[in-house]
Amino acid sequence: MTATASADLAAPRTRLALFLLFAPALIWLLGLIVLPHVDLAALSLRARVAPRTYEFSFANYRTFIDEPLYWHTFVRTAAMSIIATACTLLIAFPTAWYIVKIARGQAKSMLLVLCLIPFWVSETVRTLGWMILLRESGVVPHFLVALGITAQPVELLYHDATILVGLVYTSLLFMIVPLANALESLDDALIEAAYDLGGNAWSILRQIVIPHAAPGIAAGSIVVFMLTLGNYLTPTLLGGKNSLWFTEQIYAQFITRFNWEQGAAFGFLLLMLSTAIVWLGLAVSGQRFGDVMRRA
Amino acid sequence: MIHSLPRSLLTRAASGAYVASFFAFLFLPLIVVAVFAFNDANYPAPPWRGFTADWFIGGVGRVGLFADRPLLASLGTSAIVAAWVTVLSVAVGAANAFLLERVRFRGKSLLALAMLAPLVIPGVILGISILAFASRLAQFADDFIGVELEFLRPGLPLVVIGQFSYIVSIATLMIAARLKRFDTTLEEAALNLGASRAGVLRTITLPYLQPALVGAGAIAFLMSFENFNTTLMLVGSDPPLTVMMYGRMREGASPVLNAVSLFLMIASALLALALLQRPDARQD
Amino acid sequence: MPDLDLEVDRVSKRYGAHLAVDDLSLAVGRGSFFSILGPSGCGKTTLLRLIAGFLEPDSGDVRIGGRSMRGVLPNRRPVNMVFQHLALFPMMSVGENVGYGLARRGAAQPLIRERVATMLKRVGLPGAEGKRIDQLSGGQKHRVAIARSLVLEPTLLLLDEPLGALDLKLREHMKIELKQLQADFGTTFVYITHDQSEALVLSDHVAVMSAGRFEQVGTPQELYYQPRTPFVAGFVGANNRLTGAAARADGHFVELESAQGLTVQARPSGPIAAGDVVEAFVRPEVVSLAHDAAELAPMQRFVGRVESLLFDGANSAVLLRELRTGTEFRVALPQTGEFADLREGEQVAFGFDPQRAVCFEVTRT
Repeated sequence: MTATASADLAAPRTRLALFLLFAPALIWLLGLIVLPHVDLAALSLRARVAPRTYEFSFANYRTFIDEPLYWHTFVRTAAMSIIATACTLLIAFPTAWYIVKIARGQAKSMLLVLCLIPFWVSETVRTLGWMILLRESGVVPHFLVALGITAQPVELLYHDATILVGLVYTSLLFMIVPLANALESLDDALIEAAYDLGGNAWSILRQIVIPHAAPGIAAGSIVVFMLTLGNYLTPTLLGGKNSLWFTEQIYAQFITRFNWEQGAAFGFLLLMLSTAIVWLGLAVSGQRFGDVMRRA
Repeated sequence: MIHSLPRSLLTRAASGAYVASFFAFLFLPLIVVAVFAFNDANYPAPPWRGFTADWFIGGVGRVGLFADRPLLASLGTSAIVAAWVTVLSVAVGAANAFLLERVRFRGKSLLALAMLAPLVIPGVILGISILAFASRLAQFADDFIGVELEFLRPGLPLVVIGQFSYIVSIATLMIAARLKRFDTTLEEAALNLGASRAGVLRTITLPYLQPALVGAGAIAFLMSFENFNTTLMLVGSDPPLTVMMYGRMREGASPVLNAVSLFLMIASALLALALLQRPDARQD
Repeated sequence: MPDLDLEVDRVSKRYGAHLAVDDLSLAVGRGSFFSILGPSGCGKTTLLRLIAGFLEPDSGDVRIGGRSMRGVLPNRRPVNMVFQHLALFPMMSVGENVGYGLARRGAAQPLIRERVATMLKRVGLPGAEGKRIDQLSGGQKHRVAIARSLVLEPTLLLLDEPLGALDLKLREHMKIELKQLQADFGTTFVYITHDQSEALVLSDHVAVMSAGRFEQVGTPQELYYQPRTPFVAGFVGANNRLTGAAARADGHFVELESAQGLTVQARPSGPIAAGDVVEAFVRPEVVSLAHDAAELAPMQRFVGRVESLLFDGANSAVLLRELRTGTEFRVALPQTGEFADLREGEQVAFGFDPQRAVCFEVTRT
């Protein structure tokens, strides 16, 4: 009774106030999200038959299927993104565990802040760091020669592994934070009880920790996958010409070749892939989208 | 396992080593960038040839950061774009938060979900969809009304719009989360003590929301400053810093980039410190 | 009627199918302490919010200081409220909280400072202006909440179960403090609570509310000794309740026969005829105990077996089971310490004066 009444009071009363609250949300969602994507879909479904004359066609999607380079790149991007997500999870989990469950007091909050710091700096700067470290004239090859491991400086850039390193590095924060949040809510007493009842590290991890952290794992993985799939900077700079990342194809069609219809089709394919995997991730982990995004 | 359970010396050493190497991995690229901003060589690479401040103030045959006009201009461009995105995102985010928390209407959960959608759309696609839609609108205006709408062509207004389109989702989440925890009887108490509706908003609700508004503003500024994917698709003739740096990195880096990067690191560290110092700000 | 600070005139408020306040009227005299007592969900919070202006009545009128409040917004009413959880502004100091209403009225800073200082002194918190809300104890928070309202010199102060969240000891203390504050300021207090002890201790007048209506309005003594409805008899104070049919009845007494076969005599409230379904209430302290039934003459007498002893200092009682019918009675132990040595299973005689038990006809609704 009281709740209803206070909600009434707190709610805006005049039509003008209501309009002022609804207008920005609708302009934003319709004008910047819904309509542009509808337009993109329409764009991808037409083909130019003569200057300034277009007709409905699946030609752009057919090009994607007929041209091995395109769909190879597409599959490769998806596969690399999945690998990168898995690597990120494997690397981030022990760290999140250490920060939440082993570190105490000051050290705990300090380590968490320390995780955040690199991500306050632009991805461009971080990638510059990796380039200085890994290129043939860079720091790591220099040390490999100095230590006598290699005779000549080796080029460490432009390999798939390099791209993975860069992608994992860029994604770590987006995995650590949801994992740490999920583990934080796991009561230590549960682990102590399991230990007391004779559980070993592996069984505790599998039967108690992972089920509890599942929402965090799902949230982190979905966000990391999505960001990796849509990444452009890291694959192009660390992978160079060999990177074959799908976002490059979109950029090439849109900006370099000015073939917007083809670019729109590629964009839509990427969006569908991303949405499908996000949906799949949610379905497998039994999570709801809203909850996951709030966690992330 | 956890701090309260016994761990063998070996486990302790192994987990310590793991975390140490994790943080080394995390900071190595940043340290390298910072160190080579001071190397006395024309190329940011080993060996170490001695300390110089040339890459900031300039030297013989070298243009330092403070004299690199295009780079400084791009820094300014980024700041202007980020300022616009911040103001728009916080304002619209606050309106959205009030809409979600204070108004009852049909389809609210759907709208709440739609507000999160931009976060799962890859940035490149946000960029191209807005680019294509804006140019269709511009074409339309040109063809039928005969007006040239310059701001719909690739350029800074489009960059602001593109970045805003997903950063506002984050601002909405942050502000709505705090508004949700607000005890509305405080507003009733203020009304009861004679405050007008506007007075309640000014003296009670907004001061309560302030940490979230500031936090959302800082995050919005930072995300805008760092954004690359969406910006790349929408940029016109005056590139923001990330796009400018990207272009130069492809050509082969000069240590000026290290210098500007170091500047960014210090600026973000100061911003982070300022935010963490604020009481109450960390709970979001 | 110049001396009424609050008049509620046939007010109704409906939520969907639920009638929260049902055609209710009430008048509160200047300077009095008026309580509305009722179980949760009886509509007392709704009534308070109607008076404060957070809700508009569907019908009827609220007059404060003789002025109709129809269409007057809550921030324009000469009414202030102490909220259930106090609703102190956490982002402001104690001084800013107390001065909030004055500042909204546009008072000058020096005046606000002076009035706030005086007010804090009067509630026993001199010099607390600079403190943060979270530095205060529970009792101090209450005083700040009251000071914040009283500094505006309202015609009427509404209090919405403000002691509910306190622990027992502090609640007892705050009861006394609240009564002293009210006497000191002379402001009219309207206090809602579900705690009968708060209502009885604090108030000049109490209205017992149930299902959107007042069951009875009167002084605490009237409610306790002359309840007019079974609800009031059952809700105010502890009571033994017996149901049955009226075997005999005249204007002065009723003889009730319960389903178990127990016969008790009581004073009727309202007209009762033989054969009516009735309920009788007997307060624990009205019942006397005796080792020998003869001592209890001329009262009606029973013999019971001690079921259990409920020791609670001055409020100690014993649960008896009447030997013949098994009817349970709660009987207060005399303060003299007599019968303190009763043991479970012991037999004891008990009885009471029929004029001190009250009997109602059960009306089916």
